[in-house]
Amino acid sequence: MSNYIFNILIYLIAIIFLIISFVKNRKKTKQALIKAWKSFQNILPMFLGVVVLIAIVLSIVDTEFISRILGEKSGALGVLLASIVGSATLIPGFIAFPTAAMLLQGGAGYVQIAAFVQTLMMVGIVTLPLEIKYFNKKAAIIRNSISFILSIGVAYLIGFILGAWK
Amino acid sequence: MKNNNKKSFNLKKFLKQYMFFFITLILLGIIFIFRHDIGLKVINSVIYSSREIILVLPPIFILIGLLDEWVSKETMIKLMGEDSGIKGIILSFFIGIMTVGPLYSAFPIAEVFIKKNVKFTNIIVFIGASSAIRVPMFLVEISSLGFKFALTRLFLNIILVLLIAYIMSSLLKQNDITAIYEKVIKM
Repeated sequence: MSNYIFNILIYLIAIIFLIISFVKNRKKTKQALIKAWKSFQNILPMFLGVVVLIAIVLSIVDTEFISRILGEKSGALGVLLASIVGSATLIPGFIAFPTAAMLLQGGAGYVQIAAFVQTLMMVGIVTLPLEIKYFNKKAAIIRNSISFILSIGVAYLIGFILGAWK
Repeated sequence: MKNNNKKSFNLKKFLKQYMFFFITLILLGIIFIFRHDIGLKVINSVIYSSREIILVLPPIFILIGLLDEWVSKETMIKLMGEDSGIKGIILSFFIGIMTVGPLYSAFPIAEVFIKKNVKFTNIIVFIGASSAIRVPMFLVEISSLGFKFALTRLFLNIILVLLIAYIMSSLLKQNDITAIYEKVIKM
């Protein structure tokens, strides 16, 4: 629900700025729209590829699969598996968080859930081609590797803090 | 003849640009041959997410265009450039957490930042904040995983985002960063 509110909000902001820009300078506004279109065209081929790739991954790694992995395996192996699944998938937050909540109720541990959520957001294997296009191979691989390692650290810290904070 | 040459050049560029997309389509085709049911599931999911993406992208790109046109390079350098200090970090962080759309919508925004000579570590802070701590997602997180979990993750992620930016800027050499800026400006 809050997702929709933010989408409407971003439309409103864009429209307001567009009107202000148009009133102030028509030529610049036209230029801005051309730039917007160019920047969209630039990313479109990669977007299309990423969308199909995400759909393929999600057809295999669906909620059922995730709950099987995160539900059964506990301990360090569970954390590692959760991190790998989180890195390989790309699920929007408004689906991922409720799923994670369901898994918690189903008996999964905080550390595993945190590792899943954390890598889901910080590490993107399917979006790697996109990231390489904008930065380069070295930067993209370094960013994702550091994020992967530190996400596991964060997951353990979350588990520790929540264990102490009762 | 000249015209013909131009055309074949464009086709080559087109093929190169769409190569990744074609590979994913071939992959989808193979899945479809062996497992109709999974293939259909993938197509459904492609249609669903395409619709979502088409809905959120226009305002993002319009804002990117307006930012590119109205905010001068000098202003951006002053706000988020090499000598912007802590102010630049905070600004990058806040733009990051306010980003909407799919997670990878941060990349075209980073493109404008690079073109406007925003400091590299600030761009990494922006990417990190945009992926780890978005305001709309934080609200969903509170409602599904609880205030304690969301708040702990938020706090740890603020540190994490800064730490990643710091590690990256020390691992990448200056000429790596310059190469990225030169490449993006040509895009």
